[in-house]
Amino acid sequence: MSAAVGVTDVSKRYRLYHERNQSLKASVMRGRRAKYEEFWALRDVSLEVPEGTAFGLIGENGSGKSTLLKCMARILRPDSGRIATEGKVSALLELGAGFHPELSGRENVYLNGSILGLGKRELRSRFDDIVGFAGLEQFIDAPVKNYSSGMYVRLGFSVAINVDPDILLIDEVLAVGDAEFQRRCGDKFAELRSQGKTIVIVTHALSTVKEMCDGAALLEHGHLIEVGDAHDVVDRYLGDVFAPADGAGATTASNVERVELLDAAGRPASGLRTGDPVTLRFHYAIPDTLHEPVLSASIHHLDGLEVARPSVRVEAAGGPRGCVDLHIERFPLLSGTYDVTAALTSAGAPIGVPDRAHALRITVDRGADADSHGVVALDGRWETVTNEVAP
Amino acid sequence: MTRLAELAESRELLANLTLRELRGRYKRSVLGWGWSLLNPLTAIATYWVVFGVFLKVEPPVGHPSGLHNYALFLVCALLPWTFFQSAVESSPETLISNGNLIKKVYFPREILVISASTSILVTFLVESTVLLVLLLIAGNMVLPWIPVLILLIAIEYLLVLGLALILSVCNVYFRDVKHFVSLALRILFYAVPVVYPVTLVPEHKTILGIDLPLRTLYQINPLVPLVDCFRSVLYDLRFPDLGQLAYVTGWAVALLALGWWVFSRLEPRLAEEV
Repeated sequence: MSAAVGVTDVSKRYRLYHERNQSLKASVMRGRRAKYEEFWALRDVSLEVPEGTAFGLIGENGSGKSTLLKCMARILRPDSGRIATEGKVSALLELGAGFHPELSGRENVYLNGSILGLGKRELRSRFDDIVGFAGLEQFIDAPVKNYSSGMYVRLGFSVAINVDPDILLIDEVLAVGDAEFQRRCGDKFAELRSQGKTIVIVTHALSTVKEMCDGAALLEHGHLIEVGDAHDVVDRYLGDVFAPADGAGATTASNVERVELLDAAGRPASGLRTGDPVTLRFHYAIPDTLHEPVLSASIHHLDGLEVARPSVRVEAAGGPRGCVDLHIERFPLLSGTYDVTAALTSAGAPIGVPDRAHALRITVDRGADADSHGVVALDGRWETVTNEVAP
Repeated sequence: MTRLAELAESRELLANLTLRELRGRYKRSVLGWGWSLLNPLTAIATYWVVFGVFLKVEPPVGHPSGLHNYALFLVCALLPWTFFQSAVESSPETLISNGNLIKKVYFPREILVISASTSILVTFLVESTVLLVLLLIAGNMVLPWIPVLILLIAIEYLLVLGLALILSVCNVYFRDVKHFVSLALRILFYAVPVVYPVTLVPEHKTILGIDLPLRTLYQINPLVPLVDCFRSVLYDLRFPDLGQLAYVTGWAVALLALGWWVFSRLEPRLAEEV
């Protein structure tokens, strides 16, 4: 498989101006233009996006992922290094960029289409598709300044998606439009992927990356941290973001001092497999102020999804300190990384958001009979129906 | 010359952006396109009253046309001047006002400058057509000279384009360029024989004891021979002076080459600076 986008040792430097007065007087007085500091937005980044794959660029704000995307789109020129693209590139950085507010939707479709590189003939043959996809048949001859922001964006997206690129670069624009439009966008992307198009996407929606992308790259302060399978890269990123304060058996805040993972024999364990018998042991200290204390444990998937929140009444028998076990006969969660947190509260009081920085992190490996997709093993039983009654 | 090839591929974009400029210009104004005729007409009327009636500037007699009319003498130079002035004056804003586009979409950035100049050229062509009709009514048989007129317009277009490329990209880095340009244009209007004939400029003038060949200095400005060429064709009905024509063409080509070079040098960081 050849590379649709090849990035080789790309560095990009921005200038941060201290005083941005671009006037001749200022530069004559100072003897040069304006004081600025240089700042590397990208530093020696090399990666390859294979043809026909969907590829995610992830990282915190300011990590350089958008800069990299803009370099791929040729909007920015790298200071060093090379970016080679194979085929027609279309970038969706802002929908409806270049719309003229006074012109009608129809005129703007032609204008925007040609900005994105579509010929007049191609545009004419796709015009109905574009308008239909945006759902704006009724309003196409009204000036776009009278459009709602949703209509504006829909038309922009519709033009961009119909450019029929070989490589589509997308920056955070999926999060627009209503649910129905989002669904259609999702379908359109699936269609593009099935046609063997390459998609590069910059986003903070990590679940989208996991769902949609084959590969991903993690950037941090302009450096490439990891590139590879989308699941692995996203997990690496989440692992960095929600890193527990110390290793396994971490203490939790809010009166629960320690959480332990024990195997069937009661020995501390660091990992487990789906379907294993396990015990979660919670060490707590009940403060005097708490009446009718309830211990709530919370299990989060690394993605942020709260998978379960079991809770139990605890008693302050024989002193404030105590210990409670949660026995699970067949651990139902599928392979992945989970954080366990716990807190003591009064019965009926809200628990609040668990502090995941103090979580016990457990890694679940794939069990013998468990499926690898999804979050839980249903532990169900299949049965073939032989005497089916016709409806 | 991959840039040229890319530019050639963007022909349709150029056409569409030019149309955007033209369509957007008079949208929602009652007179619409009437404004593009009303503006020069007002200027003509004003200059005609001030210079033709009050100051009594004597227009030369057209040779061989025999035309002797200050208003027509004025218009034959005023229209090419207005084209130059409006295109150059608006050029510093071209890239900045399209900043959003530059930051979000890739296309050859020259297209923006070319389309802005071209949209003003279209206005000039419309005005020129009206002028041709007026000249015909006045008895000047200009129709055979239309090919030469087109040549002159093409030369002026290249000259304007070269300047617009330089000014547009420089203004992104130094926002003073815009103010400097509007100041320079105000002076330039009187440094070009639009409202008066060249013959009013003295051959020699002694300033501070130094004898200056004023007329020669005056004619260094390429707009002077350019306006003269337009007048030869439209007012006098004769082929322009070949020396003048070559001089202006030289300027146009040189400015265009310079503009192209400057633009190519400053263009890579446009998306960051705009």
